[in-house]
Amino acid sequence: MRTGLALHSALASPSLRASPSLQVVPARAQMGSSLGFHIILACMGIAFPAIVMIMHYIGLRRRDAAAMLLARRWSRVMAVLVAVGAVSGTVLSMDMGLLWPGLMGRYGSVIGIPFGIEGIFFLLEAVFTAIYMYGWDRLPPWAHFWTMAPVVISGVFGAMSVVAANSWMNDPSGYTVANGKITSVDPVAVYFNGATYYEMPHMILAAYMVAGGLAATPYAVGLLRGRGSRYNRLGFLLPFTVAAIATPFQIGIGDTAARAIASQQPVKFASMEYVPRTSTHVPEWIAGVWSNGRVVPGTGIALPSVDSLLVGFSPNTRVIGWDTVPPALRPPFPTLLHLSFDLMVLIGMLMLVWGIWLALWWWRRRDLPRGRPGTVFLAGGALSGIACVVAMEAGWVVTEVGRQPWTVYNVLLTSQAATSATGVPATLAATVAIYAVLTVATLAVLWMMKRRWQATAGGADVAAPYSPPAEREAR
Amino acid sequence: MIADIVAAVLVLVATAYAVLGGADFGGGMWDLLAGSATGGAAARHRINLSITPVWESNHVWLVIALVVLWTGFPVAFADIFTTLFVPLSVAGLGIVLRGSGFAYRAQAGSVRWQAVNGGIFAISSLLTPFFMGTAVGAVVTGRVRASGDPAGSWVNPTSLLTGGLFVAVAAYLAAVYLAVDSDRAGEPDLRRYFTRRALAAGIVSGALAAVTMAELRTSAPSVFTELTQGRALPAVIVSVLAGVAVLTALPTGVMWPARPLAALAVAAVIWGWAIAQYPYILPPRLTIAGAAAPAATMGAVLFVVGVIVVLVAPSFALLYWLAQRGSLREADEDGAGPPRRPAR
Repeated sequence: MRTGLALHSALASPSLRASPSLQVVPARAQMGSSLGFHIILACMGIAFPAIVMIMHYIGLRRRDAAAMLLARRWSRVMAVLVAVGAVSGTVLSMDMGLLWPGLMGRYGSVIGIPFGIEGIFFLLEAVFTAIYMYGWDRLPPWAHFWTMAPVVISGVFGAMSVVAANSWMNDPSGYTVANGKITSVDPVAVYFNGATYYEMPHMILAAYMVAGGLAATPYAVGLLRGRGSRYNRLGFLLPFTVAAIATPFQIGIGDTAARAIASQQPVKFASMEYVPRTSTHVPEWIAGVWSNGRVVPGTGIALPSVDSLLVGFSPNTRVIGWDTVPPALRPPFPTLLHLSFDLMVLIGMLMLVWGIWLALWWWRRRDLPRGRPGTVFLAGGALSGIACVVAMEAGWVVTEVGRQPWTVYNVLLTSQAATSATGVPATLAATVAIYAVLTVATLAVLWMMKRRWQATAGGADVAAPYSPPAEREAR
Repeated sequence: MIADIVAAVLVLVATAYAVLGGADFGGGMWDLLAGSATGGAAARHRINLSITPVWESNHVWLVIALVVLWTGFPVAFADIFTTLFVPLSVAGLGIVLRGSGFAYRAQAGSVRWQAVNGGIFAISSLLTPFFMGTAVGAVVTGRVRASGDPAGSWVNPTSLLTGGLFVAVAAYLAAVYLAVDSDRAGEPDLRRYFTRRALAAGIVSGALAAVTMAELRTSAPSVFTELTQGRALPAVIVSVLAGVAVLTALPTGVMWPARPLAALAVAAVIWGWAIAQYPYILPPRLTIAGAAAPAATMGAVLFVVGVIVVLVAPSFALLYWLAQRGSLREADEDGAGPPRRPAR
């Protein structure tokens, strides 16, 4: 049921080169800023519960006061992040109509299916998050612990469903069209489209890396400042290990994804990798700025034939260039796409190195790296959260900007999807202002919580529940 | 046929959002009106305890409603969000500010920071339902279409009255629920406090509903006819009876039926609207059948709804049961104190 461009002429506006609606740029900017903000919280919603749950398990199982305290405090952090994530996610679903009525009016009956399935998990997640967050001390300890399991599971399935909607836009399938109307829909083919199998795991693993990195950050800072308590060590080690374990899998999936994009969305791939003309022996550019039809000399390094090698395991592999489509159908800013892609890969590789570093040290010494290398290691650990966020955002830039000018690849142009309402610049300004304030406010709230917790004697001196005083060995 | 079922599901989901999520907006309004930091402390504390564990879950019904609308009736969704760009944009931003303000306030260290975030929470609790109401008024009066008037569609007497009605109803629901919660928690002063407010908001809601209905006589004659003499009349009667029953039960201290009856009074208005408007999703032209997605999509929507009924409904029941028996509260953050007994 793959549907091509020809079939859709009925749905498309009379000319593909119709002058784009004036709202396209502000609409894209508003969607980008709302999604770019929400996705960080979404990652925390998807993956942080699992990290909290592991910590809580250690606390209960080993009667570990420091672990209990961390789990408890993290559930407070979750309370803030989940709330802001829930409402910013709601706004995104309103934005689908406010900004993209041309997409929803035509394809809502198709793309809505994965969103509907996501709704189930969103509800379950909200209910059990509330029970967990507010059930401390009031529910039996192990029952309370298990109320987190549905949150972890629905985090994964909810993410799968949202990503299914996005991957459908990259590789639309599962519907037929006649006379400009959708006549039949195959829900399974919509959900499991050709891009699902790599986008889903890529996003979920990204969420685990982001959540792990961000959760580890404050404790890495604490360790760097010489507060080497068990509380700080555990607070750093557990989430960072989760992120480190996710990393090699993420790199493998990412490699698969790039190859799949080369065949499914060759123009996106060409822009990511600076392939102007279809050819064999295509070089792989490391960094580089594209200008006036070439990479500006001195800004990047070309590895001969490596791109062909990566795409087809042979230097003779033909890689499709962006010359295969008219300029109006190529994504804008190849430099942005290419550098975003490179940045994402670079951060992934650094995370891999840091994970191996920790693994080796732990294997040999049962300890964190010490001394001067230890400082470098911890500094990297302290930066890993923000780095993973940057990598994820860069990945989304590649996915979304790289699909332009299409909203649904080869089916619906963004100019056809955008609203005709003239108020978008105003709502864009309001959105940017509000999200800037929310970003600052969220960080401020977390910082205040941290200050308050540090004031209570550096963490784990306080008696945690479920542990007799004798076991307070938490330093 | 299957489109009618999905439309009915949409109405039920919207009802769930109204009677559950609506009360959370109302809680914000009473927070706004609770007075000074010291004088209003007890009421604000009660509001906090009642809303905190449930508001996010209640809020998700809005997302479900949006998804059912855009999946089942994509054209209607696109027309609504294009014509009503302004009020729905404001409502969207209000939703973000309300939730964030509430979450920040709960974790805030200083009184000043609490006041700022509490203010944002409270004011956006007022604005959001008002603008949602104007959008509903625009739909009822047939002003939403492919290229509807972006201003006149919602700036008109019916829309503004409906906006006001939404605000009053949210405040009413919240006050009733809070009175019941206060009673359950053994706080007679707060019970009387919220009972007075429930009565006031109930009377205002009833009056606004009557005025809005009178206005419909000219702005949406066919809907008016159905509501006053046609097939939607029973819903109106149920709503009035339930509303009057709440107003008599609360002052006499009979608390147990107040919550379901207040919810029923509100739900019946929504059902009356839907029945009166049937078979149109966007009167005066777009019918439910005309806007409907292909059958397989509708099947998928009903499948999702089935899973929600099987999986989510018991979860919600658990959440409410735990919240009602006081098992869900903001925990002492370090767990240093002795475990507190659940308040009953």
